Amino acid sequence: MIENIGLSIQGIWNHKLRSLLTMLGIIIGIASIIAIVSTIKGTNEQIKQQLIGAGNNVVTVQLSQGTEPFEMQYTAKPEGVPVIDEDTRTRLAHVDGAVDASLYTQRTYVDGLVYYQNTGFTGTLRGIDSHYFGVNGYNVYLGRGFSATDYDSFRKVAILDQAAADGIFPGENPLGKVIEIKQEPFTVVGVVARSSSFEPKIETMDDYYTYLGGDSGAVYIPSADWPLVAQYDEPQMVDIQAATTDDMTAVGKDAADIINANLSVKEDSNLAYSSNDVLERARNLQQLANATNQQLVWIASISLLVGGIGVMNIMLVTVTERTREIGLKKAIGARKSRILGQFLTEAAVLTSLGGVIGVLTGIGLAQVVSRVSGSPTAISAPATALAVLFSMLIGIIFGLMPAVKAANLNPIEALRRE
Amino acid sequence: MVLELRDICKDYVRGKMRVPVLHHIDLNVEEGEYIAIMGPSGSGKTTLMNLIGCLDVPTSGKRILQGEDLDGLNDNRLADLRNRQIGFVFQSADLLPGMTALENVALPLTYRGTKKKERLSRARAMLERVGLADRMDHKPNQLSGGQCQRVAIARAMVGNPSLLLADEPTGALDSQSGEQVMELFRDLNESGVTIIMITHSPEVAACAQKTYLIRDGRIQAGGAR
Repeated sequence: MIENIGLSIQGIWNHKLRSLLTMLGIIIGIASIIAIVSTIKGTNEQIKQQLIGAGNNVVTVQLSQGTEPFEMQYTAKPEGVPVIDEDTRTRLAHVDGAVDASLYTQRTYVDGLVYYQNTGFTGTLRGIDSHYFGVNGYNVYLGRGFSATDYDSFRKVAILDQAAADGIFPGENPLGKVIEIKQEPFTVVGVVARSSSFEPKIETMDDYYTYLGGDSGAVYIPSADWPLVAQYDEPQMVDIQAATTDDMTAVGKDAADIINANLSVKEDSNLAYSSNDVLERARNLQQLANATNQQLVWIASISLLVGGIGVMNIMLVTVTERTREIGLKKAIGARKSRILGQFLTEAAVLTSLGGVIGVLTGIGLAQVVSRVSGSPTAISAPATALAVLFSMLIGIIFGLMPAVKAANLNPIEALRRE
Repeated sequence: MVLELRDICKDYVRGKMRVPVLHHIDLNVEEGEYIAIMGPSGSGKTTLMNLIGCLDVPTSGKRILQGEDLDGLNDNRLADLRNRQIGFVFQSADLLPGMTALENVALPLTYRGTKKKERLSRARAMLERVGLADRMDHKPNQLSGGQCQRVAIARAMVGNPSLLLADEPTGALDSQSGEQVMELFRDLNESGVTIIMITHSPEVAACAQKTYLIRDGRIQAGGAR
């Protein structure tokens, strides 16, 4: 077998031009498939990364009415939505695949709610529990975090994220400064920053709204202080950190089920907790990209078919050319199966080599596409292995007919040929 | 008895016609004999060789090679018999161009699954015996016609066959190389190898102990010298 492969490679080398031309169909087919698959994979990675980020695998579970999130700043407090207590939070944190859970309430675009001196702040205001920064991957960057005392004695303290700190206190140290929230003075005690910085690529206005939504940052106060700036017992939101990205969907669904079991809302109110599943959104986008590119893969496969027929043609020529060699081998005792194996090996080596060259060309092509169009590519190792294996299979399939022809040659006829 | 042919007939079918090629051939070959089969072209001598060499099947009659009846054997069994019992030498050496002389000689042994090390050592010994010890790693295109034919003889002999079948082995050689090749056959025969040689040249046939003349598909004359 190994000798057969060696001899085949030698044969290919002896007929360089012919072999190259024969392999061309396979090379083009495999190269275009690899290029397409790499681009698909790159796009998918991009979608996944931009939507989910290098983030903390956080899935947000919040009260929704129908398909829209329930926003407290526009509506009155809903009936039958109880406060999520610490016991429930612990249960949520222990859902299969969950790492930790955090409860909070928030107002987005808080125009007219937060002031420093006479300037309004237009970001997000959140009343958070002690788990929030951990779950969302924030570290204290300046000052301190919230202490147990802050919660127990309703201290009016605030922590800013970097965007808010830069927005409210440009060029100043925010620590110790006092900001007004709903006319109450809050002292800034810390600034937090994401430990792994997630920087989405912003190329269009849509991206801008998706990722930043006019991000002026966020001001955080202890959840105990929330009634001071808003009202008591508002429906909370829950951020749950999942162990892996793949767990996010299941964790979000399970958590929503646990919370919904405690609701006593009216049937027609359409109120329920649901998870804001970025992973699923990413998957939908990926599927769309895949569907488009799958068509291209089919078109490229036609080239493989044409290449396979080319291989069959050249193998038939080879068998005719080497009729006398086949006759001699039979005369000195080669069985049919050996002749068959020899020609199948030759065809398979030829197309496998074409496959390897095709894969390399495809990778190069993908790099060029990525340079020109700016879309990322990711080389898929299983896809390249599959491509080489598949081209070998093409060799075996299309080499079969010529090989059978060779194996069945009548040795007397074959030896008569000069 | 190495080979026994009894009442062998062979017809070819051409279109609707049956063309008889061999008529009632009887032939016995004892171990160690050196037999020449002579005849003009078209006399059926190559057909006879194909029948002896297990490449073809007779229309009727019996062939017994080393005590084994060749009737009704399947393709694989016939291939194995050719590999083990018969050594072929053709007019053209038919060496594989991509292989060295040594690899060419070792080729029949690969078909019976001999280990590579043993294959090569037996091939080396055989090449030494035909006087090409210094040409083992040469490719066929680096060898003269006579040398190629000696490599072909080594290839035929490497499997230690019970019968060496040669079809016009000197037909494509100049007279000097031809003589060397004939001498080699004589040497082999003297060391006990049974040889059947097909030729139309009386000079070549003169080397054999027995000569059979074949004409129009019938053995006309034969006998020891």
